[in-house]
Amino acid sequence: MTRTNYTIALMGNPNTGKSTLFNVLTGLRQHTGNWPGKTVIRAEGEFAHRGATYRIVDLPGTYSLYSNSADEEVARDFLLFERPDLTIVVVDATALERNLNLALQVLEITGRVIVAVNLMDEAKKKGILINSKKLENKLGVPVVPISARNKEGIDKLMNTVDAMVRGRIKTNPLSIQYSPEIEQAISKLMPNIRETVGDAYPARWIALRLLDGDTSLLAALKQPPQRDTKEEGAYACCGSVESI
Amino acid sequence: MLAADRSNRFDRLLEEAQTLTPADTREQIVTAIFQTSAALCRECVTHRHNVKRDRTEQIDRIVTSKRWGFPIMLALLAAVLYMTIAGANVFSDSLARLFGTVETYLTMAFQAIHAPDWLHGLIVLGLYRGTAAVVSVMLPPMAIFFPLFALLENYGYLPRVAFNMDRLFKKTGAHGKQSLTMAMGFGCNAAAIMSTRIIESPRERMLAILTNNFVPCNGRWPTLILLSSLFMAAGYTGGWNTLVTAAVVVAMVLFGIIVTLAVSWILSKTALRGIPTHYTLELPPYRRPKIMETIIRATLDKSLYVLKRAVTVAAPAAILTWVLGNVHVGDTTVLAYLADGLDPFAKVLGLDGYILLAFILGLPANEIVFPILLMGYLSAGALTEVDGLSSLKQILLDHGWTWLTALNMMLFSLLHYPCGTTLVNIYKETKSVKWTFVAFALPTAIAIMVTFATAQLARWLGLV
Amino acid sequence: MAERNDCPLSRMKQGDRFRIANIAIPDPVLRRRLLDLGFVPGGEIEVGQKSPLGDPTAYRVRGTTIALRKEESNYIYGERINND
Repeated sequence: MTRTNYTIALMGNPNTGKSTLFNVLTGLRQHTGNWPGKTVIRAEGEFAHRGATYRIVDLPGTYSLYSNSADEEVARDFLLFERPDLTIVVVDATALERNLNLALQVLEITGRVIVAVNLMDEAKKKGILINSKKLENKLGVPVVPISARNKEGIDKLMNTVDAMVRGRIKTNPLSIQYSPEIEQAISKLMPNIRETVGDAYPARWIALRLLDGDTSLLAALKQPPQRDTKEEGAYACCGSVESI
Repeated sequence: MLAADRSNRFDRLLEEAQTLTPADTREQIVTAIFQTSAALCRECVTHRHNVKRDRTEQIDRIVTSKRWGFPIMLALLAAVLYMTIAGANVFSDSLARLFGTVETYLTMAFQAIHAPDWLHGLIVLGLYRGTAAVVSVMLPPMAIFFPLFALLENYGYLPRVAFNMDRLFKKTGAHGKQSLTMAMGFGCNAAAIMSTRIIESPRERMLAILTNNFVPCNGRWPTLILLSSLFMAAGYTGGWNTLVTAAVVVAMVLFGIIVTLAVSWILSKTALRGIPTHYTLELPPYRRPKIMETIIRATLDKSLYVLKRAVTVAAPAAILTWVLGNVHVGDTTVLAYLADGLDPFAKVLGLDGYILLAFILGLPANEIVFPILLMGYLSAGALTEVDGLSSLKQILLDHGWTWLTALNMMLFSLLHYPCGTTLVNIYKETKSVKWTFVAFALPTAIAIMVTFATAQLARWLGLV
Repeated sequence: MAERNDCPLSRMKQGDRFRIANIAIPDPVLRRRLLDLGFVPGGEIEVGQKSPLGDPTAYRVRGTTIALRKEESNYIYGERINND
């Protein structure tokens, strides 16, 4: 039997049109929920494609995964502990450099990633041309150019999602080279980390976070948050605080 | 592996990591990532320069300029309100007529089946008429205001407001993002309370929560609009009436913002002492929203949602008001009895007992305050049917209203305690009975003080 | 390294280009946030417009616009880039 239910996490910087993509994918099949114990509102929705159903979680827009804020911790914890089958990182084609910063961080946690380059229409207007094939080769994960508000590239994105979850696409995520000093420290820490957390978590990434002194991550690893119990949001009218 | 053991291992790992760490690890890590990202962009992105001067930059040069920044904010606020008022007038009248016609048929149906008078009263005069009043007063401004506001929001204008206003908030000790939560409050204070989550510092978040109510929410727009068009702009006709009405409502909003800043300043010097935290604000590029989609989504998500809430609250409140207005104690109704009791105090504030009672019964939702007031007035006197604005004004005048009554009801509406839903949300967000009580008592005290002051001043100057 | 020429970002004028040498913001959370936004040593910034009330100021950094108050830009050191 093959699986037919998958979870997708939707990530991205604020203002990348992440929620627009979420709306396009799910239509009206969405609801907002509260993350238990956290102060962040999140939205969930469903869609079906080629016989599989997907639960898609719209994570808060963040600039990084370095636990500077509750939003970032929520996004990080979701990737680490809920282990979605797939993560779509939405990046803004008009500010790719800043946006790739987050995408590269996600690749350090998981290779099951599709990078959706959104706002291709805006970029074109501004005279920005993006070679997505080349970017795909460099990043080692599928890169799909889209324009969520014009509903362009959505089919290709869904087909890529389908191919990914069925294992037809193998990824080879780019690994960032740090300074020799840091690389040395990482290799020293790795064996111990593997021994402690097993293969469940990305050891190289955890080593980096430990070097950075990320105590919030440590606390989360010691006591992984409980699986969320769904809490129906009573405030559909909350609107998009995110557009802010 | 035991949890404690695992926990210890982590601690040892961290200790080990710290001994290996150079001083500027974070800089090194982030710099390496950005260098990678910059290298990727160099290879994969080509810029055709000067295809078109950056539109966002050009717009910002005007919209955030010293000369035009504030005038444009004010003009946009006025324009949105003007369109809301102008459009709502047309809508409201035809909706009220429609509901009136349906009421006639309903009454005929009740007579046809020989239903008892009390049943007709309860269902038609109470439930139906009250709910109809809420819908015909509420729906038109909402159906226009929400989509217009959503268009501005989606276009990317709101961060510019925060950028322009930042210094004012910093000076008062509040968070720069408070202007964004206030903007949410224009729609719905209850939702805005949730949106204060974007402010991470607890002190500044509390400031934003406690003052959010001074931004008139959608439940209060109609009251403000109605009263200012009936009383403040009474001397003007046609387009001028709409213009003056809009000007008065804009003045109310500005007054609300001034109160917000003043209260924030006082609180951050007293109960919520501290310095404002630093933050960064991104000014995203302007993006032309998908107009139809934005309108449809705003109407579906917001208007219908708020309307549903208004009606579910309005229906029971309408029945309650009808019952109170028809159950007699001695020779007066319970409603009149309560209103008479409140009257002396209300008069000091330039209001009357019925108005105060309507605010009290309207605690669950601001939308129903004005309809309750009308039902109260009508149950006390002859049961005339309200068709159109002139008869509405006549009812108010018959109950001794002057421009001062209208002004003070507007001020009380702007400043008084948050609605029930908002209070529930404040409790949920602060988890504190004390702060929820402050959120109730503080605006109420201010509303009482301000209306008291205007009433006394107007009387002392002999203006009424 | 031209350390002796380093001056705070807050001293720059609209239209100036600036290369960051050092971010000396004491608040660690804010320092990290600025790094995440692309204010990294060696990075380039273009100074944009001031808010109507004189503060904050908008900065162009890595294709985005970020507004910072004086309290922050006072602690970002670097040098003005003179070419073009």
